Amino acid sequence: MCLAIPSRIVEINNGVAVIDVEGIRREASLLLLEDPKVGDYVIVHAGFAIHTIDEADARETLKLLREALEQES
Amino acid sequence: MKHVEEYRDPEMARRISSRIREINRRAVRIMEVCGTHTMSIFRYGIRSLLPDSISLISGPGCPVCVTAQREIDVCIEICRMKDVTVATFGDLMRVPGTESSLQKERANGRDVRVVYSTFDAMDLARKNPDRRVVFLGVGFETTAPTVAASILTARNEGVVNYLVFSAHKLVPPALETLLGSEGLAIDGLILPGHVSVIIGEKPYEPLVEKYRTPCAIAGFEPVDILRAIHSLTARIEQGTAGLDNCYPRAVSFGGNHKAQDAMDAVFEKRNTQWRGLGIIPMSGLGIKEEFSSFDAETFFSLSLPQPKEPAGCSCGEILTGRKIPPECPLYSKVCTPTAPVGPCMVSSEGTCAAYFRYS
Repeated sequence: MCLAIPSRIVEINNGVAVIDVEGIRREASLLLLEDPKVGDYVIVHAGFAIHTIDEADARETLKLLREALEQES
Repeated sequence: MKHVEEYRDPEMARRISSRIREINRRAVRIMEVCGTHTMSIFRYGIRSLLPDSISLISGPGCPVCVTAQREIDVCIEICRMKDVTVATFGDLMRVPGTESSLQKERANGRDVRVVYSTFDAMDLARKNPDRRVVFLGVGFETTAPTVAASILTARNEGVVNYLVFSAHKLVPPALETLLGSEGLAIDGLILPGHVSVIIGEKPYEPLVEKYRTPCAIAGFEPVDILRAIHSLTARIEQGTAGLDNCYPRAVSFGGNHKAQDAMDAVFEKRNTQWRGLGIIPMSGLGIKEEFSSFDAETFFSLSLPQPKEPAGCSCGEILTGRKIPPECPLYSKVCTPTAPVGPCMVSSEGTCAAYFRYS
């Protein structure tokens, strides 16, 4: 049910995005998303984009996790 | 794959796994609520990275599996109506109702279509103005807003032959029933990732407060799941209840407000029946009066025989963590993915299907 692979928005036309996952392109509705932009990575569920991943946040969290794991082991 | 590969890093997984081993002292039972987590845990061999003292138990988070027998029967009854096309996600097709399934009905000539989204169902309605197109709304908070958005769009665009049968269910009330039930020996919960994208962290807080059970929101990659197990194990060992968001790249405190608004506009909460859990107050979503012209239940007057669940099937106990699939008398003997008896063997994310495929 839950597709966990974030997709990149490559095009937006009238509230519908063309999204790309590993070269496969399909459409997703943007009706449930605030302020979508081309280039955003979004989580898609049943044909609707439901979340935009904040790249800077994701990088920072990952960095902190790596640091914590290195310190502790 | 960006935002995926990083969370499949074997070195990170190994490090988290050894941290879990370092802090774990006692026997721990953790329930993964979501069916997609169940699949990921098998697919990535998460159990082999954990000490024997940590058990993972599957919960009620597969929407098709918890759909009540009566609701399956309603879906089948609707597809038998005159001039009706039924549109559904694929995993509902083979779920056995009391005397048939959507797949059998299609083989008998009923018009049942598998769609990828509610917008595909609306397209069917636009292209077939002489037919009623009914979308079968089965799913949790992740799916419900997409169905709400389709109803709002149908109203705005005047697609009058589009209808929805709403059997949507809500996760927090089910968790409340589960945590409050007697004899449930669960020390911590892995909370669903994409339900939480929509509802956020907030709705879980009262549950953690009331039942003092550690909870962690998790994503679906191995590092995500191990992180959640690590934070739960730490809390369980320290005896501190709390909610940890181990999927912060996708889940915020307040969730997706636009999706919540769409849901609130179209649906209202009502009591509903869950397979395995019984009737749970205010745990279902019905279509509001204002949108009743899109409500398949209002539109068709259905008379159904008493629903009957398959004899000997343990789906109810499996969905609540009281049994594991090999403890069901039917498992792998009469009930297999090619000839499923209960819904947990039908859905690709059902616990029985996961056990059958991977063990």
